[in-house]
Amino acid sequence: MIETFLRRAKAAGSYTLRTPKLLLGLVLLASLLLLGLLGPAFVDVEKARPISVKPSQPPSAEYPLGTDSGGRDVLAVIIVGTPQTLRMGLLAGVVGVVLGTSLGLLAGYYGGRIDMVISTATDTMLTIPPLAILLVVAASVRTMSVENMAIIIALLSWMFPARTIRAQVLSLREQPYVHMARLAGLNDIRIIFEEIMPNILPLAAASFVGATSGAILAGIGLEVLGMGPQRTPTLGMTIYWAQLYSALIRGLWWWWLPPIIVLIILFVGLFLVSAAMDEFVNPRLRKTG
Amino acid sequence: MNYFVRRLIMFFVVVILAATLNFIIPRLAPGDPIGAVLEELRARGASTGGDAEDEIVAAYRARFGLDQPVYMQYLRFLTNTLRFDLGHSISYYPQKVEAALFRALPWTVGLLAISTLMSFAFGSFFGALMAWPRAPAAVNRFLPFFMVLSAVPYYLLGLILVYLFAFVLRLLPLGGAYSSGTIPRLELSFLLDVIRHGILPALSILLTSVGFWALGMRGTMVTVLGEDYLTLAEAKGLSGRRIFFAYAMRNALLPQVTSLAIALGTVASGSVLVEVVFNYPGIGWLLYNALRSSDYYMVQGVTFFLVLTVAVSVLVVDLIYPLLDPRIER
Repeated sequence: MIETFLRRAKAAGSYTLRTPKLLLGLVLLASLLLLGLLGPAFVDVEKARPISVKPSQPPSAEYPLGTDSGGRDVLAVIIVGTPQTLRMGLLAGVVGVVLGTSLGLLAGYYGGRIDMVISTATDTMLTIPPLAILLVVAASVRTMSVENMAIIIALLSWMFPARTIRAQVLSLREQPYVHMARLAGLNDIRIIFEEIMPNILPLAAASFVGATSGAILAGIGLEVLGMGPQRTPTLGMTIYWAQLYSALIRGLWWWWLPPIIVLIILFVGLFLVSAAMDEFVNPRLRKTG
Repeated sequence: MNYFVRRLIMFFVVVILAATLNFIIPRLAPGDPIGAVLEELRARGASTGGDAEDEIVAAYRARFGLDQPVYMQYLRFLTNTLRFDLGHSISYYPQKVEAALFRALPWTVGLLAISTLMSFAFGSFFGALMAWPRAPAAVNRFLPFFMVLSAVPYYLLGLILVYLFAFVLRLLPLGGAYSSGTIPRLELSFLLDVIRHGILPALSILLTSVGFWALGMRGTMVTVLGEDYLTLAEAKGLSGRRIFFAYAMRNALLPQVTSLAIALGTVASGSVLVEVVFNYPGIGWLLYNALRSSDYYMVQGVTFFLVLTVAVSVLVVDLIYPLLDPRIER
């Protein structure tokens, strides 16, 4: 058991090193994680609160990224906000993928009426633009927290995983080894978990990255519109405040540019990892690029 | 069940579901609208309690139909919504929500439809070239740049573009759809003004979405290039250009067209953030302002409209697709 695990970990490690896309993506994501973990050791995160420093100061030795009009140290805001964004994305991604994978497994394995209900629900939900629902929900929720937001977004990020997993299970169900398992008298639960599950894990992992990235995108969209958590400094809310106080035309570039750069690093990192995973799942894409 | 019938039923389910969510979600929220009005009256020094208050409450409840049972309220809401009677704006009272929507729509459609079509054309062509073995090597060199850009949300890139071109270099306007003070009318100078204002938002959409189309096109193109009829076309001695356009690209474009139709349908909902960044007076800007002023009828109306446009375009695609591609068997 441990030997298999070690062998697999070693294989995964060497695959990562051979795939520059995956390596670069992971390095970008790890750097953001480190920023959030090690940042508080070097910077006073209390200065991320409003009116804790002199407002609207350009970058200086004391405040490397300057301060905003609300009297927040931008560097401290970034260090506090980045892990919040990651946490929101991961939480929504996990819930979305677990929900989606379970529904996909049920629909694909059992078929029939169960499949019809789940598939119709999936297709219906896919038609509804998530931002529209999110806005109506967010407008009705009195106080928004990072967890609230993650749950709301997660409830709208299970559809793509459900669809891809269902399609895969549909073809796996007819594989000879599944028939063998059934003939050998295994019950449905054991077949699903022991025979089918291991074969959809790479796909589930790929959809996890996709769902996380989509969740962060939706979350940032909500925040930029001012519907995010009001009390926690997050990257999207920082852009919202900067917009609200016309930071752009006042030339306060150090207020809105750092969160945008962090977000670009985050999205590019997720994009590279998910592209590398797609290539792993679908080797035909590896031919070019 | 017949495919078309099934598809139509699904469309109506989506529309009714969207309307129902619009009805339920605000009612789940704590507090009630009449209480909010009373609160406001008290803040202005109205006396509390007494018969007068009960009378006011009763009058308001009757006025908005809140004295009726919930299922009656729901039915009335549903019929009104399906007749596209979306109620009145609260912030700009007697204005109707649908009137505001139709005034904002041309700006959104103009800006986003044009930039979506442009990025579709560029992206599909480059994506096809990327998969083509005989394409110039330069193509593959600058495409990773677009791929990376496609991961960046367009409104974030938009902010950077506004700062560079409008604030620092002062080449283009900061935002809006036309210069303030001009009256919208059909003449050349106004048209040029609109185009000048459209360049930056269109550019931010174009730069971030070309990669998406290129990626999709490359994927289908790789599949098409492996088909037997391409080998046959080559064996027949057809020119590379002919094989590329008439055999490979034409077949690979089919799934792209589906995505294009859906992308055009999501134009309205995709517009929200870009219009906020550029102060562009379209649907997204309308929604943003409605949210900020808690104009719930407007928010509900706009979101219902967004769902409707997506549902209609997905329906159209699904109905037309079997006609376009007879190989698809439902």
